[in-house]
Amino acid sequence: MSSTAEHAESHAHGHGLGEAVTHNAAKLGMWLFLGTEILLFGGLFAAYALFRAKFPDLFYDSHKKLDVTLGGINTIVLIFSSFTMALAVSAAQKRNRKWLMILLSVTFICGAAFGVNKYFEYSAKFHHHIYPETNIFFALYFMMTGLHMLHVFVGMGIIFALIIMAKQGKFKEGNRYTPVEVGGLYWHLVDLIWIYLFPLLYLIG
Amino acid sequence: MSTHDHTEEHHTGLRVYVAVCLTLFVLTAVTVYVAKFDFGDFNIVVAMVIASIKASIVALYFMHLKFEDKLTWIYALYPLFLLFLLIGFTLMETFTRVPVIK
Repeated sequence: MSSTAEHAESHAHGHGLGEAVTHNAAKLGMWLFLGTEILLFGGLFAAYALFRAKFPDLFYDSHKKLDVTLGGINTIVLIFSSFTMALAVSAAQKRNRKWLMILLSVTFICGAAFGVNKYFEYSAKFHHHIYPETNIFFALYFMMTGLHMLHVFVGMGIIFALIIMAKQGKFKEGNRYTPVEVGGLYWHLVDLIWIYLFPLLYLIG
Repeated sequence: MSTHDHTEEHHTGLRVYVAVCLTLFVLTAVTVYVAKFDFGDFNIVVAMVIASIKASIVALYFMHLKFEDKLTWIYALYPLFLLFLLIGFTLMETFTRVPVIK
């Protein structure tokens, strides 16, 4: 954090703590929060590891009922949304409001597409009378993807708020774009979690 | 892990982001493809190695971890260490437990 300390000194006579310090502190705070998120999902990953070790055949047979194509499409959609989110942060850095709003909107739409896809997946499972209480594999499937889905919705809420803020001109020249960067970090975590959920649930070889 | 002295911003070019995105697409296709082959107990290892490569790419480039300072790296890696302990010890217990009554 030596660079931060330098910033603190160079900004000491001016506007309080300095933009860079505030920006870095916010980012660090988000990383800390992401750590707690990883451990929240970690409990479920540990449960998954335990039960897959105990009942490998049940996991193998049950996973065949999941649709790899739908899961794969959702993986691509989420990776693409991470890509547009990263570009949105770039646009915010360059204070390009038009592209910031376009890229945030595309990211939001990708999140919605993921949700719609997941809705059809869940519906198909219910239609075939597959519920969380069917067996331990589906209990974990619904719990893990459900908790993930909740994070997608929260992420979409954050992106929606960022679009509104961008529309109001909150990220203009001279203003901090920190909310975009920090919101982006959260959205990327949603992508990160899914990168593990996809092979663990859909691709048990 | 470089720190920029007088700028808080690091501009990753559009080209890098496109390359990263395409790499992630390809790795997704690879993980679906290799799942069709049976490597026995190594199925899960292969799947998790590919997933971890993808996750690392997302963290390094999309989340800019490559450009962050040491403290951020510690914040990012420490939860993974705890996760390793949690899952590692859970599995150790599972695999070493001997049925007492049969």
